[in-house]
Amino acid sequence: MAAQTEAGPVNHSLVKLQYDAPQPLCTERGRMHPSLALRYALTLLLLPLGNALAAQVQVAVASNFTAPMREIAGRFERDTGHQARLAFGATGKFYAQIRNGAPFEVLLSADDTTPGRLEQEGAAIPGSRFTYAVGRLVLWSPTAGLVQDGPDLLRKGDFRHLAMANPKTAPYGAAALATLEHLGLDDTLRGRLVQGENIAQTHQFVASGNAQLGFIALSQVAKDGRIATGSGWVVPTDIHPAIRQEAVLLTKGQDNPAAKALLDYLAQPQIRALIQSYGYGLE
Amino acid sequence: MPLDSVDLAAIWLTFKLASVTTLILLLLGTPIAWWLARTTSRMKGPIGAVVALPLVLPPTVLGFYLLVAMGPNGFIGQITQSLGLGTLPFTFAGLVVGSVFYSLPFVVQPLQNAFEAIGERPLEAAATLRASPWDTFFSVVLPLARPGFITASILGFAHTVGEFGVVLMIGGNIPGQTRVVSVQIYDHVEAMEYAQAHWLAGGMLLFSFLVLLVLYGSRLKQGWRG
Repeated sequence: MAAQTEAGPVNHSLVKLQYDAPQPLCTERGRMHPSLALRYALTLLLLPLGNALAAQVQVAVASNFTAPMREIAGRFERDTGHQARLAFGATGKFYAQIRNGAPFEVLLSADDTTPGRLEQEGAAIPGSRFTYAVGRLVLWSPTAGLVQDGPDLLRKGDFRHLAMANPKTAPYGAAALATLEHLGLDDTLRGRLVQGENIAQTHQFVASGNAQLGFIALSQVAKDGRIATGSGWVVPTDIHPAIRQEAVLLTKGQDNPAAKALLDYLAQPQIRALIQSYGYGLE
Repeated sequence: MPLDSVDLAAIWLTFKLASVTTLILLLLGTPIAWWLARTTSRMKGPIGAVVALPLVLPPTVLGFYLLVAMGPNGFIGQITQSLGLGTLPFTFAGLVVGSVFYSLPFVVQPLQNAFEAIGERPLEAAATLRASPWDTFFSVVLPLARPGFITASILGFAHTVGEFGVVLMIGGNIPGQTRVVSVQIYDHVEAMEYAQAHWLAGGMLLFSFLVLLVLYGSRLKQGWRG
């Protein structure tokens, strides 16, 4: 019967329950037989009990890490049986939510100050944080061949809007501003800067063509470590402060084995290689 | 003073946006509301539904479509570009366009109700006195619909002040141009500047309460004719 294989090998009592006299799968009118439907529903309800070790973990993920984290969560579930439930957004917003009781158990921050602050304030477990990725900033345009020499393009100023994330709230925005300051262009370009609320919105501004250029995360446009669409200038890491992205175990997750498992998983060699393939650096 | 110059610029911008939007909506909404109130056309239902859409649509839907439509490849963007105006996102004009869509039902519906409440008889009386349709509208309809206009103005203005999602999607957060109070509050919260966030948020709360107090207070006196 349908439910046997899904129940898995662990829950034997449930499997036995299914070994009854064979029943017609459907009634004459094509519907599922009522008693079978009931059992099917019951099995689905009890299914989570089948694997007593599998747990769920609520993860707050900085927007720039959306694409790699989706892939990592899939592998994590396959390899460990644990399920990572992901919420994507701006780190500063997550901070406010966590401080006000949000049920997140792990934070994958876009910076290294927010996890530290949460640790000091007792919302995160001391000693649990580590750098899971080092962000790379890219000046990107969806137009192929447009961005060749980034600094030169910025100096010429032949564009109407340059998008970046809000430097006050987003580490990639702060890095973008530092890059403009390094090039001495922050004053001349001030009138043309448009700010996304987070790096995902910044990418959307550029991808939709409303801004011709934008400073975004390399991970948003990279595949196998290279820019996959459009054209871009990967900003050298020595002209902006390093975007050290830290993961931290939050107080709400300290007794959840899946939360600890996820943090361990992020530090494994094959996952680190995966993170690198999205255009991140490592420490 | 707990509010800095950026906060004050956001407040000023918000009032400017709400004023311009309300003015445009009164000019645009009056003929729409009049038509909706008087017509027997089969299009009354569909047009009325379109006007009411922003009441139920999430601002993200409106903001997303506006961003795409006003972008260089969208149909509004193509028109504005061919007129030499460039594209509208990230500009004050773009916010006005977005706000006009966003607050449209809040102006049209009170006006429509007011026009419908007038009924046929004053119009027929004016016609027997040989008043032209325009004369009737300005001498009879407008004075009778005054409470409706007051309600429509207040609601249109207040609803635009409270706009957030659409501005966030098409604004680009430019100080003095597109950074309105609601976005500024959001920025303060994200930047963990909670004291400034409280001042602005508290101000918004007080403002909204006072607006509604004026609105409902005057409505009570008029016996809910608005």
